[in-house]
Amino acid sequence: MAAITNALRQVEADYIGYRRTWRGRIISTFLNPVLFLAGMGFALGSMVDRGAGDAQLPIPFITFVATGLLAANAMQVGFGEGAWPIMAGIKWRKTFDAVLVTPLTVADLINGLLLWGAIHLAFALGVFALIAVLFGAIEPLPALLALFPAVLGGLAFQAVATAITSRLEDETGLTTMMRFGIVPMFLFSGTFFPISQLPDWLEPVAIATPLFHAVDLVRKLALPGVGEGVVTTIPMWVHVAYLVVMTAAGWLLAIRFLERRLKK
Amino acid sequence: MSQPLVKATGLTKKFDDFVAVDGIDFEIRPGEAFGFLGPNGAGKTSTMKMITTVSPITAGEMTVFDLDPRTDGATIRSRLGVVPQENNLDEELTVEENLYVYGRYHDLPKPVIRQRIEDLLAFAQLEEKRAAKVESLSGGMKRRLVIARALINQPDLVILDEPTTGLDPQARHVLWDRLYRLKQEGSTLVITTHYMDEAEQLCDRLVVMDKGKIVAEGSPQELIENYSTREVVELRFAPGQSQAGVEALDGLAKRMEALADRVLLYTDDAEHLIDEIHERDIVFDQRLTRRSSLEDVFLHLTGRRLID
Repeated sequence: MAAITNALRQVEADYIGYRRTWRGRIISTFLNPVLFLAGMGFALGSMVDRGAGDAQLPIPFITFVATGLLAANAMQVGFGEGAWPIMAGIKWRKTFDAVLVTPLTVADLINGLLLWGAIHLAFALGVFALIAVLFGAIEPLPALLALFPAVLGGLAFQAVATAITSRLEDETGLTTMMRFGIVPMFLFSGTFFPISQLPDWLEPVAIATPLFHAVDLVRKLALPGVGEGVVTTIPMWVHVAYLVVMTAAGWLLAIRFLERRLKK
Repeated sequence: MSQPLVKATGLTKKFDDFVAVDGIDFEIRPGEAFGFLGPNGAGKTSTMKMITTVSPITAGEMTVFDLDPRTDGATIRSRLGVVPQENNLDEELTVEENLYVYGRYHDLPKPVIRQRIEDLLAFAQLEEKRAAKVESLSGGMKRRLVIARALINQPDLVILDEPTTGLDPQARHVLWDRLYRLKQEGSTLVITTHYMDEAEQLCDRLVVMDKGKIVAEGSPQELIENYSTREVVELRFAPGQSQAGVEALDGLAKRMEALADRVLLYTDDAEHLIDEIHERDIVFDQRLTRRSSLEDVFLHLTGRRLID
């Protein structure tokens, strides 16, 4: 039972830290996604919806983008949570060293960080979903339903980012992951257009990315009955399995790598 | 005599091929201030990390509170207070929040933590800074906060890894005063340092470490008596003159150490030695007579100075 108590202690510490720092993160967590939704959804959407060529969506473009951004936002929040704070804890502020001379173990620390990550994701994505509902982009109930896969997707990114960051010497690796991982996925994994629009050879690449699975799953739940052209025919359990395996692998590796890094 | 809080035999730590701690034996008894004195890289911090169960033991045996660090890490850590070499405070939180969070990590009830925060803020002389963010504190204040944080669980053993390194002299004295108070109140302290004066002021007993080994053990006074003389005469020569000076001084003192910038002469009777120097007409720039310190013990034992 100590494991649960200890993880909750870490959650409490993260919450106290969050109370002090949430203002500084407001732009990346809340404002940017909403700006994307407004810019892409309304502005670009008004053109798309008037019809351009033969690639017409059966739903308003803003609905398409809002559901995509819910998952993409989860990716960014999750990655952010698993990257910079981890580097700070290991190297910049060395706060993890301080935690590990209390009764907490590395596993307790990671469990707490991920548990807090899930709470933080639920909150951040909840706010975004609420705004999307107010914009009329998604219906309230489907939006609520879509929160679950979005949080799962975000957690998968957080867990893997935590594991990788635990092995990085410095922050250049984080910027590299951002540039060559997060940004391309943001653009090409189905957030802004169906992956069927990609060149044939790129489509399987997109399907292999975790963000695609989060995006497709979010849409299948938030837009029930929506057909091909918006979502793929891949069964939902495949998406869930992909994201659960990714979360579990990231979680276990994070414990292992951090143990190796800090308990030498 | 009561059971030692820490007991180590043949304690060894290796990193790949590098031997950081090379089979050391020591015992830390309740109520004493025990020091690990040695230069950087002597193995002091590695030893501390094994006691705090952060670093796995490579070989040898150690018990902390009669428990095995390999299997009882969490229980051991719950009874330890740890002041690491580098301040690892949460800079974004306030002074009070740093203490509170640490109390929670130790699973203390909130009312208990609140009471202890009051006591510790008074102890660390940080009452007026309670609501200040840590990043705004001075180096000395941060150090005192780290010490206060280490005391939140009322530890049976407080481990201080180079508590005053990097502080200005005034801040060091304030800190020593606090540590001295802890000692008076009966806390058991383990202190690593490469400062002689710190070890002499605070430690009841200490070991001198060099290259992973313990080279001497005792109270500061015993060590000076055993490994040095009562007094030291330091001579400084004009540039280019010291080689000739060293030759001329040959045989005068019990022992002589020629350093880069000065020559140390070890004697039990400085006045007599100075007379003899004058008789030999040895020309030097400056002369200083002082009592022997742990620095001299270290120099004698290892042939090197503590801080180069």
